[in-house]
Amino acid sequence: MSMLAPALPAHKSARIEIAVVAIFALLAVVPFAAAFGPQGYILNLIIRVMVFAIAALAVDFLCGFGGLVTFGHAAFIGLGAYTVAIAGAHGVTDMAITLPLAILVSALFAYVTGTICLRTSGVYFIMITLAFGQMAYFIAGSLAPYGGDDGITLPARSTLFGLAVFKDDRALYYVTLAFLAGAYFMLRAVVYSRFGRVFRGARENPTRMATIGFDVFRYQRIGYVIAGALGGLAGFLLANATEFVSPAYMSWQRSGELIIMVIFGGLGTLYGAIVGAASFLLLEEALAGFTENWKLIFGPLLVLIVLFARGGISGLVISIKTRLARG
Amino acid sequence: MSFTLFIVQTLNGLQLGVLLFLIAAGLTLVFGVMDFINLAHGVQYMLGAYLAVMFYALTGSFVLALILALAAALAFGLLLEFTIFRQLYDRDHLEQVIATFGIIIFLNQGVKVVWGAAPLNLPIPEALAGTVQIMPGLVYPVWRLVIIASGLIVALMLYFLVARTRVGMLVRAGATHARIVSALGVDIRRLFMIVFGFGTMLAAFAGVMIAPILSVEPGMGDSVLILAFVVIVIGGIGSMRGAFMAALLIGLVDTLGRSFMIDILRLVMPPSPARTVGPALASMLIYVLMALVLYFRPSGLFPAKGRS
Repeated sequence: MSMLAPALPAHKSARIEIAVVAIFALLAVVPFAAAFGPQGYILNLIIRVMVFAIAALAVDFLCGFGGLVTFGHAAFIGLGAYTVAIAGAHGVTDMAITLPLAILVSALFAYVTGTICLRTSGVYFIMITLAFGQMAYFIAGSLAPYGGDDGITLPARSTLFGLAVFKDDRALYYVTLAFLAGAYFMLRAVVYSRFGRVFRGARENPTRMATIGFDVFRYQRIGYVIAGALGGLAGFLLANATEFVSPAYMSWQRSGELIIMVIFGGLGTLYGAIVGAASFLLLEEALAGFTENWKLIFGPLLVLIVLFARGGISGLVISIKTRLARG
Repeated sequence: MSFTLFIVQTLNGLQLGVLLFLIAAGLTLVFGVMDFINLAHGVQYMLGAYLAVMFYALTGSFVLALILALAAALAFGLLLEFTIFRQLYDRDHLEQVIATFGIIIFLNQGVKVVWGAAPLNLPIPEALAGTVQIMPGLVYPVWRLVIIASGLIVALMLYFLVARTRVGMLVRAGATHARIVSALGVDIRRLFMIVFGFGTMLAAFAGVMIAPILSVEPGMGDSVLILAFVVIVIGGIGSMRGAFMAALLIGLVDTLGRSFMIDILRLVMPPSPARTVGPALASMLIYVLMALVLYFRPSGLFPAKGRS
């Protein structure tokens, strides 16, 4: 299956690095600016944006760099979130336990399902990841002791060594931001590492990578586990942000939205995943505030973006730049 | 589990199966011939049901409603093809997914605005509203038998069309060697328009036929769409025979699983956990099936010949 844009960064562009650092700096001052407005609302909205940006980074890593289009990534968010909720229901609320647990559960699920999914490729890979996503969705819906289809409310936000640090929205905000920045820089390091070169090479030509002597399957499985673990991290944060977990977190539409976010921002650029998640969710929020029937605008907008803005928002910026440069 | 119940559920499974086939047929044609992923296929099914409800309210006749709904669905499908899909054929699968996802979002909200969010109903045509005794102690709704029969008739027609006619020959050739067919002087775009319009009508037909049994509501196409994709992937992409077999398989496995999973589990575990695990396992059974099929046969049960 061919990929969207050859946006694979061949070299580290200094300008992009500056832009990314600017994004993080901007996010860091949001809570101060938010104090002048409806603070709780703004903080929660941006936390949501950052949480989905982490999940979108994972999807971008798989789709954009590994050529593995996953249509079930919402399952990992759900697994992470349910780990927090279920542990909470049994009185375990400390993030020193629940956070590693959430990541471990998601990584384990990624390892097992990845072993199976990676036997296939192309459209079949999309469908089999969807199948596992749906399985997780239906299992969550049948967890009667933990709310079933209705979902479950968290007893409280996670504590850290017994301290209720997340009671304050700002604390949760900065922790989320730190995890987002951590996820971004970790993935960037991975992409440029030896591992990342093989992983990217397998996207271009798996046969050649295998001929050179790399066990492509193992590299892809490790990539899948990394992405799954990040999904679990996003789930942990989402559960804490909303203090509520439901099977809806895992619906296939959610997985579809993650892909849309990534393509919105520009596939295979990492920072594009952050930009995409932000623009997708903020646009949704803005349109929803504008009219009850915002989907009547949002849907056609997606179509128009595909038709007229190839390569997503970053692609649009690039094409405008080249046009300006040409005069 | 009584034998009568088993027969009834088997028939229900067949009915779901042919319904899925009607939807998967159009999807597999479009996907097989043009390599185009059309997520909006499910909303065509929903639209068929809504249009039938509307035309029934206007005309009071089910047959008229069916014909008008099919015509309107065809017109709408061709409009979509002409304005949007046509630009997407050469694009990446992911772009097709997003654009058609956008259409889903729009239409799901659109029917809410036009017809309201509350579920609507379409009455069964009076002559076919009753039940029929299949064997002693087993009565079955006539309408469900009509759905099964009409689905099988459409399947036969499709088989004849694809295997025996010139258009069918081109479709088969186009599914595996689109470029060569095009180089031989066949207008593959026009061929696709015909195929696409036909597929749209099949989906709408499925929507109209099921409307009297299900409630007609926004989003009703979404779950069916995913099932239809499961069907064409299990069957083997581009294979009409595969789509038919897989549709019946999925219909039966899903329906029978939902009715008998608890009983089956009781054979191997105590009743109380069986009651908890059963429904969960039943609702994900077809996805387990899909994962198993793809694990052992990565390109489906009946891969289309010549497709790599």
